Amino acid sequence: MPELWQFTKLIRSKNAGPFELTFDIMFKDRDSFERVLASGALSVETIAEIYRTNPDQVRFFRIDKLLAVKITIPRRVFSGDLKDTDIYGGQFHGPLVQLQVAV
Amino acid sequence: MLTQKLKAVAATGNLSTGFREETLIRAVKDGAHFVGCDAGTTDSGPYYLGSGKPRGPREGVKRNLRLILREALNAGIPVIVGTAGHAGGRPHLEWTVDIVRELAKENDWHFKLAAIDSEVEKEVLAQALDRGEIAPLSPTPRLQREDILQAKRFVAMMGIEPIQRALQSGAQIVIAGRCSDVAIYAALPVLQGIPKAVAFHAGKILECGAASAAQRLYPDCMSAELDQDGFTVEPPNPALRCTPQSVAAHTLYETGDPYLLVESGGTLNTVEAKFEAASDRAVRVSGSRFLPSAEYTVRIEGAALVGYRAIVVAGIRDPLVLRQLDSFLSNLRTVIERKVEDSLKLAANQYTLTFRVYGRDGSMGDAEPIGKVEGHEVGLIIDVVASSQAVAADIIPIASHTGLHTPIPEHDGLISNFAYPFSPGGIDAGPVYQFCANHVWRLNDPCMPFKMSLCDL
Repeated sequence: MPELWQFTKLIRSKNAGPFELTFDIMFKDRDSFERVLASGALSVETIAEIYRTNPDQVRFFRIDKLLAVKITIPRRVFSGDLKDTDIYGGQFHGPLVQLQVAV
Repeated sequence: MLTQKLKAVAATGNLSTGFREETLIRAVKDGAHFVGCDAGTTDSGPYYLGSGKPRGPREGVKRNLRLILREALNAGIPVIVGTAGHAGGRPHLEWTVDIVRELAKENDWHFKLAAIDSEVEKEVLAQALDRGEIAPLSPTPRLQREDILQAKRFVAMMGIEPIQRALQSGAQIVIAGRCSDVAIYAALPVLQGIPKAVAFHAGKILECGAASAAQRLYPDCMSAELDQDGFTVEPPNPALRCTPQSVAAHTLYETGDPYLLVESGGTLNTVEAKFEAASDRAVRVSGSRFLPSAEYTVRIEGAALVGYRAIVVAGIRDPLVLRQLDSFLSNLRTVIERKVEDSLKLAANQYTLTFRVYGRDGSMGDAEPIGKVEGHEVGLIIDVVASSQAVAADIIPIASHTGLHTPIPEHDGLISNFAYPFSPGGIDAGPVYQFCANHVWRLNDPCMPFKMSLCDL
């Protein structure tokens, strides 16, 4: 099954301040953007499941004019707290790269 | 009087990372009205705010400030530096002002300097909390009176008004403590009559320097020309170019919401912003709106000391250990806790012992969906945080020696499970802080918490 990275030109995660994580997904072209979103692979529910957070805490933005999706979730562990593993939040996008997309 | 056109130059995205000298010279010569530079962020964690230590290198910051001051003084235009010394606390501000004074002396430069202190005394903040002026954002750590008094340091994040006050006082060089990145670039244009919608959106694009270019080859300057209806952003370095896509995409960067940017005094709304090519390297941005807020608030940041860290790094390569790694580490923890109790008289709840396993879930912790070892080796960091550096350093050899010789059923006799790359193995990692506030402070006067000092150099 195709993976998300095959449809995108950028998948990244980053802190949006020390208490939130934000994911930016930029698609290669309109066709890839439409197909992935129509497949349902990338949704509030899948993000909530992967990152084990409550769906009503997932902010999901479809940005048509940029062929982009932006997703913001609260950090389970705040940046710099004792159990934090990623101060900048720069590697939390890892599981999204290989997200299975049924197109 | 309304200014027709106003040119803002961002020297770079962070004062410590630098820019090309020739780019800054070109950008200022091209009619800049001021040069701004952000010098900090919370991205690198709570250490800098907590410890009061700036993030250098000092020589690099001095080089960059020297070039910025030289070009701006030659052109007779202001310089605005925000979030001095990385965290914008009082020691960070003093560190940066000290560099500016040194440069003025070395180069026989003369100007009026404003330093804006954004550190908030704990008692002042506690009183504001008592008066109900402090409100939590979400998600947030607990912040009650005793948390404030036990924390190490707080800063308030200034909006445009304290910078405007410094400029109106005649300061040519403004060094600000904790400051909104956007305010660095919006303060002067708004003072000159540029609408907030234009000035704040331009600020958001400029604050990372050349990062809004299509391909940022290295850290460098960015310029924007602002007018009543919008702004045109164009990299002063001819090797870089902005495209409508690259500038629009930058509007997303590091913000939780792609359309709404909450700033002190109001919210920038970019839902209807238009990004159009003005040339093959320049982009025209228009159509944003600014919605003033009913109340004026500033963000509060704080850091509290939580202990002192010591670590040891090890590799594990034995496939038999790896296939039972979770139970192996669980047994190891039990034995370490027992030995620490016996030899140091410390219960397990008096320190924090964390096994960070690279090759299992080192990067994502318990958010890791795979969460098991799939490779032929793992990297392990044994991470101890205790009440003093000496205690943390005492626990490390107990943990590392125990780990080395913890048995597994498949091997008879004494084994050595861990590959330690260093001697000594233990590394003192120093004090550990945590962010202890994600709050806003409601103000009647936007300048109230910010103490400005002026001097003629």
